[in-house]
This record gives sequence, structure tokens and C-alpha cells, in this order.
Amino acid sequence: MIRFSWVQFRLQAAVAGGALLIIAVAFALTGPNLVHLYSTIVASCTAHGNCSTATDAFLAHDRLLQDFGNLVIALPAIVGIFWGAPLVARELETGTYRLVWAQGVTRSRWLAARLGLVALASVAVAGLLSLMVTWWSSPIDRVNMNQFTSVFDQRGIVPIGYTVFAFAMGVAAGLLIRRTLPAMATTLVGYVAVRVLVTFFVRPHLIAPVRTTSALHMSSGMSYIESNNGPLGVIGAKPGAWVFSDRIVNAAGHSVTGDFLSRGACLQSRGSAACLGKLREVLVYQPASRYWAFQWYEMAIFIGLAVVLGGLCFWWIRRRIS
Amino acid sequence: MIEFQLDTASGVATYLQLIHQVRQALQLGLLEPGDQLPTAQQVVSKLAINPNTVLKAYRDLEREGLVRPRPGQGTFVVGTVPRTDPSIQARFMMSMTKWLSSAHSAGLSLDDIEAIYRTAYRNYFAEGVA
Amino acid sequence: MNPAVQTTALAKRYGRKWALRNCTLSIPAGKVVGLVGPNGAGKSTLLQLAVGLLEPTSGAIRVLGGRPAEGPAQLQRVGFVAQDSPTYSNLSVQRHLRMGAYLNSNWDQDLAQSRVENLGLGPRQKAGSLSGGQRAQLALALAIAKRPELLLLDEPVASLDPLARREFLQTLMEVVAVHGVSVVLSSHLVADLERVCDYLVILVASQVQLAGEVSDLLSSHHRISGPRRDPRRMPLQQEVIEESHTDKQSTFLIRTDEPVLDPAWSVMRVTLEDLVLAYMTRGRDIGRRQVPQLEMVS
Repeated sequence: MIRFSWVQFRLQAAVAGGALLIIAVAFALTGPNLVHLYSTIVASCTAHGNCSTATDAFLAHDRLLQDFGNLVIALPAIVGIFWGAPLVARELETGTYRLVWAQGVTRSRWLAARLGLVALASVAVAGLLSLMVTWWSSPIDRVNMNQFTSVFDQRGIVPIGYTVFAFAMGVAAGLLIRRTLPAMATTLVGYVAVRVLVTFFVRPHLIAPVRTTSALHMSSGMSYIESNNGPLGVIGAKPGAWVFSDRIVNAAGHSVTGDFLSRGACLQSRGSAACLGKLREVLVYQPASRYWAFQWYEMAIFIGLAVVLGGLCFWWIRRRIS
Repeated sequence: MIEFQLDTASGVATYLQLIHQVRQALQLGLLEPGDQLPTAQQVVSKLAINPNTVLKAYRDLEREGLVRPRPGQGTFVVGTVPRTDPSIQARFMMSMTKWLSSAHSAGLSLDDIEAIYRTAYRNYFAEGVA
Repeated sequence: MNPAVQTTALAKRYGRKWALRNCTLSIPAGKVVGLVGPNGAGKSTLLQLAVGLLEPTSGAIRVLGGRPAEGPAQLQRVGFVAQDSPTYSNLSVQRHLRMGAYLNSNWDQDLAQSRVENLGLGPRQKAGSLSGGQRAQLALALAIAKRPELLLLDEPVASLDPLARREFLQTLMEVVAVHGVSVVLSSHLVADLERVCDYLVILVASQVQLAGEVSDLLSSHHRISGPRRDPRRMPLQQEVIEESHTDKQSTFLIRTDEPVLDPAWSVMRVTLEDLVLAYMTRGRDIGRRQVPQLEMVS
């Protein structure tokens, strides 16, 4: 049954393999150059004092290939829609289930082989793509220091979890809806909904964030962030960490508003001890050291969801196809 | 080897047609003792009939002593069709002619006579009806 | 020996519509069984229940003594060709045979290969480019080469031209002659049945109207014609299946185990086609009037 599953999957595997190969070649050709540029332009920028221009110039390279990070975002949905949704739906829609389920293997065995093979392939594709993008982007990520924040879902191992989950969702949708196109649409909507839910409502609470209150010291890389008469905040305090909030409070613990900076001692020097003296910084954040813990937890969540969906598929295929 | 034909319009059961064709072949000398009849497979692959029909016909022929199966080899002709005694034939020819003449004298038309003959024939020789 | 298909009050419902109802049959093995009835009568449903593609709403079904599709052993024993002979349109003929070999432990590759060669099917031809008759033959070859004990065929010749139909039946009969498989063949075309079937099941309006050996059915049904008579005044042991009257004459199709001795009747033989049409008409009329079913032969 595995061999037959391969016969049916060959074309899709070839397309994926070809695409990965092209990306690998593109990255292999440009990656070492990026590393070189980083070590020459950026690594020494602090000594030359021109970091902001140096980083801007650096980041301008290979803009197109940087968009391949988006491919990592799109990959799970693509796998779910093109590998997952048609798996069972196509057989039901074209009637070939009446041929293949009348052969000498049970439906469960059939599903296990089809599901297993393509799930493994999904893991492989997602893993390889993520690996390539993470490797190639590492100089850029070192400049942007945003792995834990804006590019969290395009790096590391979470794309594998997303992809397997989207695949399982696709198979389940195809099995229940029984027609390929509606199943594809449902998979996309469902996948996006779950991703949004987890990103905004689950991920922040996976580990209780660290709260610190300390004296305010503005060092290089940090700057104020102010909104119109709103609370005054700081950015750049913890590079590489995931900062939830970074507020400036006075000795009484109340938020300080932006107009504070335009009064008294701060008018002369915003960084002086006289200005900052009694101010404190209240920081709520996830330290950069927790990055991999979050990666593993989130991947585990999505793999868990995928396993549940997969189990349901096995239950449904024995009962609901009538 | 003989080749069977099937007349679907005749209303006669298939296996009876096969038996009849074997008997006729024997009578005409197309089949002689020692000849092999076609296998069920050969017959059905041409006529698309149920193989049990062929087997039933061959079993009936075996019961009449006309054929015998040889295991692993096929079904072979072993007997001949008894030719009816010509004197018996002549006797029935005479009684038939007498019957026809009295029917005609009684006023029966040709169609009446034919209808009576066909009905009686069918009633007597058809299966299961007295 | 286990019956090929045995059902007990088998029923299947889709939403509010009953596809099959109150179906009790005991189809013996070793026969070529014709499953006849108009479109939508429940023939496909019965066959799909037998192969395990559908689950009954109520009642039970046993195939060759086992439950349908329960485990690979049971699946091996039953070959199935669904309506319109589904095949994978972008897989080649050869790949279909490969599928059979991978998915069936009892696969006879030589048989499959020789069937395909006899049909003149190019091994690299994609199944989607085959004609309807060729696809039906390919599907049959796949079903045969797994060496089943029972073949279930759902309207296999319905969409074939007369030549393709004849060739399909020749192939099928040859397989029965050589391998001794039991066959259940559904059709809404009656003409082919008489030469091929030795057991008949008539399904109309999702209920079984008649079931039995063809030779028994033909010898127990007669068409009789005579002076005008009220069917209710017919003898009890003569069940009237079909009647038609002119002002002076009545013609009945009756079922009886006794010979017809009354000289008033002229008795004619009944063909299988007559029989099937009579029961199909009666079944349809009963279905429309929702009159309770009369007793069935089994």
C-alpha cells in the first residue's frame, strides 16, 4: 500500500523537490555573500560609528530573496490545500474510492499509508525549507534581532508543526466535505483561523512572562517611544527578546506621559541623571533565552492538533462514508 | 468439433438446444463416437451463456448414454442416436394421415388443424405442464 | 456451503429516502445471479452494502459467511466492479495492474497480464484515454485477477455498445467456467439475463419482488389465456402476477406449483423477460399504491 501511495504521490513530490532545489541553489549562490557582507559592513560598524547607515545598506541586499521568508509562511497552507484536501476528497469525488476500497486492504490501512507517506513528506519539505531560510537569513536576523517577534513563525521548527497541522486539516476537510474545491477553501480558512488564535491568544501565555521594575538607564540602541499624551515607553531595551510592554513609571508607580520629556531637567538632556533620576522602567517580556522553548511548545501544540485531527480521520473513514 | 448456435427467439431452453444440436450432429454423421465435444469454456466464450447450462446439457446427454466425460480431458461421444425403425415410422404416418382426413371431413380448416397440432405438441413436450 | 449473499431485513436510508427496505435474501454460491430492477430500485445500494462501501441503516448482511469489508481476508474474497467502472484516469493500464498486485495478496499477475493483452490494451495507455468498453474490461480484469470467490458487478454493461457488451459477457462466462466464481450481476437490461443467469432477484421500489433459481421460476410461472374471468375467482394455488382483459378474453401470468389442468385455458410458455417485466410492473404498482407486500419466494 505504501508503494501504491507513492505511485499516486510521485508527481506532487517531484514538484516539491524541484521547488526546493531551485530555492537551495538560489540560497547557496547568495548566502555566503551575505555572510561576507555582514562581517565586513556590519560587524565593524560600532567601531566606525555608522551602524544605522551600515545596517540599512546591508539590509538592502537580496531584497527579493528575503521575501522567501513569506514562502515559509505560505507553505503550510499550500501543503494543506494541495496535498491534504485532495487526498480523500478526490477519491470520493471521482468515484475511485469504489475501486481502491474494494481491493484487499482495509480503509484504515489505506488511509494510514496515504496519510503517513504524505505527512512524512510534509515534515521533510517544511523542515528543509525552514532550515534553508533560517540559515540564509541568519546574518539578517542578527541585524534585525526579531526572531522572537516578527519572524518567529518563519524560522526554526514551528513551520514543521504548522505544515503537519494544515495537512491534517486538509485531509479531514476533504473527508467530511467530500469535494475537493470546497475542502481546499475550508482548509485555508480553518488553518488561518487556528494560526491567528494561537499566535494572539495562546502563544503569549505559554510561559508566564518576566516582569521587572528597575531604574531607567538609556543605553545605545534604546530610544523613547511616545504617543500623543499617552504613556511613555521604551524600545530596544532587550534585543532579541519578546517585549510585551516597556513602560516608564515615576516613583509612585504611575505611567509617565510623553510631555514629561519636554519639561525641566529633561529639556537640557534627556539622558541626564537629573532627568531620569526617579524614573523606573517596568518591563514585561519573554527573555531571548526562552526562544527555543517557545518554538518547541508551539510546534508541540500544532503537532498535537494534527494528531487529534488524524485520529478523527481514522474514526470517520470507518463510519461516515456512506 | 461441432460449434453450437443459440436461437434466442425460439423460446426453447438453451440446454435443450445444445442437446438437440448434439443429437442432430450425431444423426447427420457430423459427430462420431470418439469425437470430443467443446469444453464449457469454449462454448461460453463464444456464446456468452452460463457454463452450468453447458454442463447440464452434457449431463443429460451422459444420462442418455450418448457421451461420457473423461476426467481431465473433456467430454467425448460414446454412443449413437438410435435410428427409428422405418416400419414404426410408416405406421404412425398412416395413423396421422387417417386423423387428418377425419379432421378435414369434420369441417376443421387448415388453421384449426395446425392450431390443434401445435397446442398438443407444446403441451406434451414442453416442461412442467401436463 | 455458505450462501454467497445472505441478508436479513436489510435496509438502507439516505436522509428520508429509503434506498433499500425489508430485504431478506439467501443467494446461493456457485451461481450467476441476475439482480434486476428499474433505475433507482436499490440494486447499487445492495451491491455496495455487500462489498462494505455502505453501512446498513438496519438489518444484517453476510457475504460468504463473513461481514463485508471486515479485514483484508474478507476483502480478498470479493471482487467488485462499480457502476461506470471507475479507474484512475491518469494512471496507465500497467500501473493499475501494479496497484492490484500491491493491494491484493492473492493476485494472479499472469491472469491479469493475459487478460489485458487479449483485450489489446496498451500497458502504457492512461485509463482516462480508454473507451467505456475498455475501461469496463480493465475493471473486470482487475476484479478477476485477485481471484475472488464472489464477483459483484454493478451495471457493468449498461453504457456499452452491443459488441462491447457481448465481449464483456463472453469474458465473464469464461471466468465462471474456468475459475468457478459466484457472480452477482445487476442490470436494468433484461435481454442478456436469460442466457447468462441461473438465479434471479427482482428489486423494484427498493423491495425484493422475487428471488429464485431461473429454472424453478420459469417452470412455476405460466401465461394462460381463456374466456374472460375475474382474477379473484382464480384457484387459490394460482397466484395472479399480471392480468389483462378484453371484453371476451382474459390473459393472466400466474405462479403455481400445480399443473394447469383446466382445458379452458390455453397455456403458453413464459420467458424470463416476460417474468421480469410482469414483476417489475407489479412492484411499481404496489409501490405507488403502497399496498402491503405479498409473500415472496426466497
